[in-house]
Amino acid sequence: MMCTVCGCGEGDGHIEGQEHGHSHDHEHTQDHVHDHGDHIHFGQGPAHAHAPGLSQARMVRIEQDILGKNDRYADANRMHFIKHGQFALNLVSSPGSGKTTLLTATLDQLKGTLPMAVIEGDQQTSHDADRIRATGVRAIQINTGKGCHLDAHMVGHALDNLDLEENGLLFIENVGNLVCPAAFDLGEAMRVVILSVTEGDDKPLKYPDMFAGAHLMLLNKIDLLPYVDFDVERCIEYARRINPSIHILALSARTGDGMHPWLEWLRDQRNAMLNARIAQLEAQMAILKAQVGS
Amino acid sequence: MHEMSLCESVVEILNSEARRQGFARVKTVWLEIGVLSGAEPEAMRFCFDAVTKGSLADGARLEIVQTEGQAWCLNCAKTVAVVQRFDACPECGGFQLQITGGDALRVRELEVE
Repeated sequence: MMCTVCGCGEGDGHIEGQEHGHSHDHEHTQDHVHDHGDHIHFGQGPAHAHAPGLSQARMVRIEQDILGKNDRYADANRMHFIKHGQFALNLVSSPGSGKTTLLTATLDQLKGTLPMAVIEGDQQTSHDADRIRATGVRAIQINTGKGCHLDAHMVGHALDNLDLEENGLLFIENVGNLVCPAAFDLGEAMRVVILSVTEGDDKPLKYPDMFAGAHLMLLNKIDLLPYVDFDVERCIEYARRINPSIHILALSARTGDGMHPWLEWLRDQRNAMLNARIAQLEAQMAILKAQVGS
Repeated sequence: MHEMSLCESVVEILNSEARRQGFARVKTVWLEIGVLSGAEPEAMRFCFDAVTKGSLADGARLEIVQTEGQAWCLNCAKTVAVVQRFDACPECGGFQLQITGGDALRVRELEVE
C-alpha cells in the first residue's frame, strides 16, 4: 500500500491508529531532493570500459548523501518542534536497559506540570505504549516491522496522529539497539543514551557512534551496583573519550534514587530551548514593530 | 542492519536521478563510505544486491570508496588521522578529539544507460 502524499510504501512498518488515510501537515514536500550540487554529465562512452558508439552508457556525478532524505525529514520535524515549543528527546539504548521503566517513572513525576506525549518504537507489539498509557500520558506506538531503528519519516507520520499540545515535552523511545538508531536524526532537540549497570562498562567503546551523538548518558539501575562488576568511573572515562562534552547522570528508575537531577536536567534544557525561542520571537517582533513605526 | 535501509535510500536516489537525468538503467554505483560513518562496507554489498533486485540497478556493480577518518585535536590544535572513534590522538595520546572527516555516506557517481 503506498502513501499517495509522500510516496512511502517501502517496508512493513506500522503506526498505530494510522491506516494510511493520514493528513500530513508536517512539511513533507521535499521529494525533489536535489536542487543543489553539481550535476556534470560526462559524454557518452566514457572511461570505465565502454567503447564510444557501442553503448549508451554514460557517467553521472551526483554526490548525494545517502541519509540526505532522512535529514530533510528530520529538519522538518525539528522546525515543527521549534514552532510549537515542543522539547523532543530521542531515547536510545540496548534492549533491557530500563528505558520504558525510566520513562514511566519520569512521566509519573512530571505529570500535571506540563503537557507530555510519547512515541514508542519497537519492532512488534504495543506493550510499551500500553505501559505508557497506564500513566495517563498519550502514547503512540510505531512498529518498525523488520526495521532496526526509527527514522525521521516515521516520526513525522506519528506527529500527524499524536496532536501534542503546544510547549509540551515529547519523548521518542527508539528501538532497543545501540547500533542503527545512531545514524538517523529524528529532529530531536537532545539525544539521551541509557546504559544500565547490568551491561558492560565498556559499551561506550564498543558502540561509539551511539555515544558520540548523545548529549546525555544516563547510567540506570545503580541500585544493582553492589551485585555487578560495573566500574562507573571507567565507564565515564570511556564515554568521555568518545564524546568529551557528554553530560552524565546516574540513577535508578526503580528506586527513584538520582531521579531528581535528571528531572532538573529536563527542565533546564527545556527552558533553554524556550528561552531561545522567546529571543527569536522577540527579534521578529522588533522587526515588525520597526516596520509599522511604533 | 541499518545497511538495508541505507541501500533502500540509495535506490530512491537512483530512481529520482533516473527521472531527472533521463536514464533507465544503472550499471555501476560508486559509494563513498567513511570509516567512521557507522556503515559496514561488506554489509552494504550484501544489502545492495538484495535491495536492487528488480530495480533499475538490478545486477549493478557496487564500487565502494572508503575514506579515512580525521579529527581535530584540541590539545595539539591540528588535524590528525583516526581509525576509530575511540582512538587517542596519535601525537599527544589525548582524547580531546572532534571528528572532522570520514563520517560521510554518499552516492558519488553512477554509470548509467
